[in-house]
Amino acid sequence: MINRVSVTDGRVTKEIQACAVFGVMDRSGRRFDGKMIIEAMKNMRVRGNGLGGGFAVYGIYPKYKDYYALHVMFQEDDPDLKQEVDEFLHRNFDVVHDEEIPTNEEANVSDPPLFWRYFVMPQKKGEDKKLSDDDYVVKKVMYINTCIDNAYVFSSGKNMGVFKGVGFPEEIADFFMLESEYKGYIWTAHSRFPTNTPGWWGGAHPFCILDWTVVHNGEISSYGTNRRFLEMHGYYCTLYTDTEVIAYAVDLLMRKQGLPIEVVAKIFAPPMWDQIDRMDEKKRKFYTTLRMVYAPLLINGPFTVIIAHHGEMIGLTDRIRLRPITAGEKGDMLFVSSEEAAIRAVCPNLDRVWTPHGGEPIIGRLNSVEKRVVE
Amino acid sequence: MKMKSHLLPEFMVERDTERCDNCKVCVKQCPFGVHYYDEETGRVYSREELCVGCQRCVVYCPKNAIKVIPYPGHYRPNDYWHEEYIRDIKKQAETGGIILTSCGSARKAKVYWDHILLNASQVTNPSIDPLREPMELRTFLGKKPDRLEIELDENGDVEIKTELHPNLMIETPILFAGMSYGAISYNAFKSLAMAAKRYGTLFNTGEGGMPKDMREEFKDCAIVQCASGRFGVDPEYFNYSAAIEIKIGQGAKPGIGGHLPGEKVTATISSTRMIPEGTDAISPAPHHDIYSIEDLSMLIYALKEVTNYEKPVCVKIAAVHNVAAIASGMVRAGADIIAIDGFRGGTGATPKIMREHVGIPVELALAAVDQRLREEGIRNKCSIIVGGGIRCAADVVKAIALGADAVYIGTAALIALGCTMCQRCHTGKCAWGICTQDPELSKRLNPKVGAERAYNLLRAWSLEIKDVLGGMGINAIESLRGNRDHLRGIGLEEWELKVLGIKGAGE
Repeated sequence: MINRVSVTDGRVTKEIQACAVFGVMDRSGRRFDGKMIIEAMKNMRVRGNGLGGGFAVYGIYPKYKDYYALHVMFQEDDPDLKQEVDEFLHRNFDVVHDEEIPTNEEANVSDPPLFWRYFVMPQKKGEDKKLSDDDYVVKKVMYINTCIDNAYVFSSGKNMGVFKGVGFPEEIADFFMLESEYKGYIWTAHSRFPTNTPGWWGGAHPFCILDWTVVHNGEISSYGTNRRFLEMHGYYCTLYTDTEVIAYAVDLLMRKQGLPIEVVAKIFAPPMWDQIDRMDEKKRKFYTTLRMVYAPLLINGPFTVIIAHHGEMIGLTDRIRLRPITAGEKGDMLFVSSEEAAIRAVCPNLDRVWTPHGGEPIIGRLNSVEKRVVE
Repeated sequence: MKMKSHLLPEFMVERDTERCDNCKVCVKQCPFGVHYYDEETGRVYSREELCVGCQRCVVYCPKNAIKVIPYPGHYRPNDYWHEEYIRDIKKQAETGGIILTSCGSARKAKVYWDHILLNASQVTNPSIDPLREPMELRTFLGKKPDRLEIELDENGDVEIKTELHPNLMIETPILFAGMSYGAISYNAFKSLAMAAKRYGTLFNTGEGGMPKDMREEFKDCAIVQCASGRFGVDPEYFNYSAAIEIKIGQGAKPGIGGHLPGEKVTATISSTRMIPEGTDAISPAPHHDIYSIEDLSMLIYALKEVTNYEKPVCVKIAAVHNVAAIASGMVRAGADIIAIDGFRGGTGATPKIMREHVGIPVELALAAVDQRLREEGIRNKCSIIVGGGIRCAADVVKAIALGADAVYIGTAALIALGCTMCQRCHTGKCAWGICTQDPELSKRLNPKVGAERAYNLLRAWSLEIKDVLGGMGINAIESLRGNRDHLRGIGLEEWELKVLGIKGAGE
């Protein structure tokens, strides 16, 4: 029996944008507040235009660390809509706690939607019992995002959260009170400069699926190739952003196929053939095979991307470094940024600063053997 | 009964008598007997009703004294009873036969390539300068696994655990299409083999086997064909190859076989094809061991067995109405590569009715096949090669963006060797030494020079493809493959845009 998946016919409208990205991690697992990253983003204010800002923070919900934390935005102030989502979640999950995400009414943002968070445990039934918890959560999140109009789950990992919206990053931080409310051991942030203006809170970054988050700057010229390949693997790009493509590619390669970031970096930004041809036989065979098998996931065109999940933060730039990324280190602190100035603004006495080559990932991992976050 | 022909000449030969010094080069050059020397007057004259418009005499006239132009006389103009219909009817009234022709469809029909426009980067992402940055065209053809299993050893080195299928590596996504030794001359055949080898791509033997003396030298750049006539087929033939192609159909004549007349079956062709000298080489319309998809699968695996699963197997079909479903079946039957030949594809001989009326444009067929294989989640299980009227590097770029892995060029390759598209291949009198077995004519093509021309064409197109890629901000051909975002349609109906999977210009 032929199993036909439904894929788009190739005619979608993609968003085009430029941005600033920043990430900071304490590799000892110590949790710290948002002051540093907010300051760094302010330093790169000119790279955004106030039409989108967002943050991802890891280690923020120690009390509910075993539950998936779903952050949901409701575009319409419609009690029926929230009720529909509530019922859907209660039908499919054990909801151990839910509340409105605290926000600052005084913040300089316009028309914020309603934000709610749910701490949930999968309640699998029937056919779904075959799915892993993660796959089950992805499936249900995809359902809400594609089938319930005006409700959008924008964060779905455990003990982490995404906060994003329309505004400069510092305004979004002010709105969600990130400086005082939360402490995390990894923070990543994004400031948008969209060249078209959807003005939608869900369109901001980071993009999140389970505890994987992606912030990204650049325009991918291979978007159509990447998107159509991912569709074949059941990922449907609903936001039509380059970032979404990278997020799904990371999910497919790292979470589902179990490839380490060192290999994934070489899929996204492989060495040139003339370099590969000069390598020793073993390496040559490896890179040749990698490029042959994963050719549709080469990410072409300029990009700087910061990928994070629990225990790991990764910075990567494109294969010919059209959008360089800068890294800095001070003790256990690791910084990655669109600009060196932003790192120096928050940590003037760095031990080391460098700008890696295209395809060379900067990888921050927790130091401790147990990889435990200090709570 | 001998009757007077009512046909008008197709061409007029104008000779500038001021320039002409009656040197008789034109007489020698024309295999159709147009030019003749009159001893009495000491002058050269022409019988223009025999002229096919191949322009050989024009190019070789040392005095530039000849002009061959379309015949200016015509019947009363009629947009319905076009000249061509009147001429064909008259021809058939005089002969009672099928009208034979060659090359690809020449009829007026929408050329989709010409309704597709390409993209370039501006501001939001940079174009890449191909003169300063690497631009990669290297392409792999064959089945790819869904995922790569790897293992890290104690040194942190990566070990690949997945068993890989054989793949072909080519340095540009352009291959020479199947043209048999028999249909084309040995020199033309060898020219393409030499050019393919030098450039790092592949040529295709067509269905006429592979001359023994070429096997060792060209085995790594040959796709050897297995067609319904099974000419020249034995285990050695299959093993002296880079890949094997099962030819089911051809764009110029979908649904019918082929016929190489006995006069063309010379001693060397006879030994290459393994048939007696002077006998007709007839390829049946179907493969008589393939009446169904499961039969195809059996042949695919028989060929894999005979080559120890070391070579990809390609299946070539003509682009017909249900091409997407057929292609899907072929992949499921085990084809590693599928080749789709559009209705503009060429041939050495075909009934005109097949050439002009059967099959669909390759652009639409390709878009439908690529989309269908993706919907079924099997696009990575095969590579797609398309052919049938690829005229320039822009057509190649558009084909790849629509979803092809590579293209076959046949007609364009022959034009590089000298062909002028006079469409008289079936006469065996090719003045350019390409489509002929006449030793006097075929020696007109020096394989070294032919190879140089074909190599130059590959090089020139590859450079142009790199230019376009750079403009799009792409530095590896794989990032263009199936990337329909870089295409826009112009002058197309909604259904056409939908089949092509592209947006209209300005959308």
